[in-house]
Amino acid sequence: MDILNWLGTLPGAIGQGFVWGIMAIGLYITFKILDVADLTVDGSITTGAAVCTILLTNGVNVGIAMFVAFIAGVLAGLVTGLLHTLFGIPAILAGILTQLMLWSANLIIMSGRANVALSRFQYSDKVLIATGTSQIGKTLIILFGIILAVSAILYWFFGTEFGMSLRSTGNNRSMSRAQGINTAFTTVFGLALSNGIVALAGSLLAQQQGAADINMGKGAIVIGLAAVVVGEAIFSHISTNFFVRLLGVVVGAVIYWIVFQTVIFLGLPSEYLKLLSALVVAIFLGVPYLKKTFFAKKKKKEVAKNA
Amino acid sequence: MLELKNITKIFNAGTVNEKVALNNLSLTLNDGDFVTVIGGNGAGKSTMLNAVAGVFPLDAGQVLIDGVDVTKLPEYKRAKYIGRVFQDPMMGTAADMWVEENLSIADRRGKRRRMTWGITKKDRARYKELLAQLDLGLENRLTSKMGLLSGGQRQAVTLLMATMENPKLLLLDEHTAALDPATAAKVLMLTDKLVTENHLTAIMITHNMKDAIRHGNRLIMMNQGEIIYDVSGEEKMKLTKADLMAKFAEIAGQSQESDRMVLS
Repeated sequence: MDILNWLGTLPGAIGQGFVWGIMAIGLYITFKILDVADLTVDGSITTGAAVCTILLTNGVNVGIAMFVAFIAGVLAGLVTGLLHTLFGIPAILAGILTQLMLWSANLIIMSGRANVALSRFQYSDKVLIATGTSQIGKTLIILFGIILAVSAILYWFFGTEFGMSLRSTGNNRSMSRAQGINTAFTTVFGLALSNGIVALAGSLLAQQQGAADINMGKGAIVIGLAAVVVGEAIFSHISTNFFVRLLGVVVGAVIYWIVFQTVIFLGLPSEYLKLLSALVVAIFLGVPYLKKTFFAKKKKKEVAKNA
Repeated sequence: MLELKNITKIFNAGTVNEKVALNNLSLTLNDGDFVTVIGGNGAGKSTMLNAVAGVFPLDAGQVLIDGVDVTKLPEYKRAKYIGRVFQDPMMGTAADMWVEENLSIADRRGKRRRMTWGITKKDRARYKELLAQLDLGLENRLTSKMGLLSGGQRQAVTLLMATMENPKLLLLDEHTAALDPATAAKVLMLTDKLVTENHLTAIMITHNMKDAIRHGNRLIMMNQGEIIYDVSGEEKMKLTKADLMAKFAEIAGQSQESDRMVLS
């Protein structure tokens, strides 16, 4: 019986994993490709949710609402990028500054309210995906379609001449400049694109949760990073194909939410959850490093022994 | 081809660590010149190359390439005219990208990077041909990650990347210093070949006096941000290691710092 109940939580977990997977794909651009830790996302995911919700409640078509949410995210990334490249503020701090600005911006978008609901009775035929697990099958198909589309577009983009210059920027900035790449521009572009995708995920998150909430982005970067590191830990061994790696990040997000639902199901008090997600990320980021340094030391000792 | 007019660069100006890295230095390179640069540590050799490449703004002076004043141009815009190879084999390439992707990045140096697919079939065939010239078997490793290549292979590819778009100027900053002697010799041979074949104007910094004498048509020696010795043509051909040693001893006598040269 228990197992059946647990299985019952799975579709919801996968649905959440899909939405956060899209967010994590956005984060992948900054964290993995540009090699920048961008804390803007905690704010821009809420911005996407707020913009989409407000437009929906004002009778705007959901497609347009999500597109505007994407653009709002792009603007947020632009602010971080310009703070970083134009004013020389370290990327992490630039992200934190924008995040704080977005807190106010998000409240302003929601006319000062901390929570704006998308009543499922009023908006059920206007949203793209339904709230919670109602019509979960349809929701999963739509979300998977969006994931495939976003991944395909990014796969194409990062294979273009311009897209490759973004990748080389993250890889080796001084080499990129020596090859004539304006690394400030590519960095800003990457941050803007990343936050656009994160805000798009935010617009889906609002529909899934049936509300935009000023606090919904708190710790978003940790969830996104968890998805990226878990996905990479599994898929970096399987394939070097960029498209597969992006899907791997989504799988990482799904795994995260299944684990999350499971520990709740097993009765872990919800106040522990953020602690748990932060620890997961710390472990996944820390273990490869320790492995490297520990093994390096061991090797050195062996070499010394043999000498 | 290249004109440096009274360039000055002072690091940490106004502090106790103030260091005049380039002191009112002037240098004119003719078309096709291959200049080797020697000098002790801190003589300003790398700073001079970085000043040409635009890594930092100058405190005074002008840099002209082919008559164009590039003093105010940022590094990435000057890249249109300049190919560079660095001392650290890690520095010249993107380690996580494939060999062919690295070449494609270099292929677009100084051009607009468009939203069209980066590597076409035609590109790939050309890259294969270029790599085959290196004679390192890299033509079969187009989709290997750059980071998996050895230091010598990476320097060879970097050299290719620096020269494939026929730069007006090639800057080599001790590009063989981190390699073992056999590989260093190979990369130097390749350097000579590429410079001659493409009729490039080049500046090569080296710590190896033999290499400085053997390669290029002109040699300059630097000390404390100035050029103190400049030979070319016949005179350079006759130059021996002993001559350079004597020159160094002369400077060492004058300067307070113990500017030790790595001799080989």
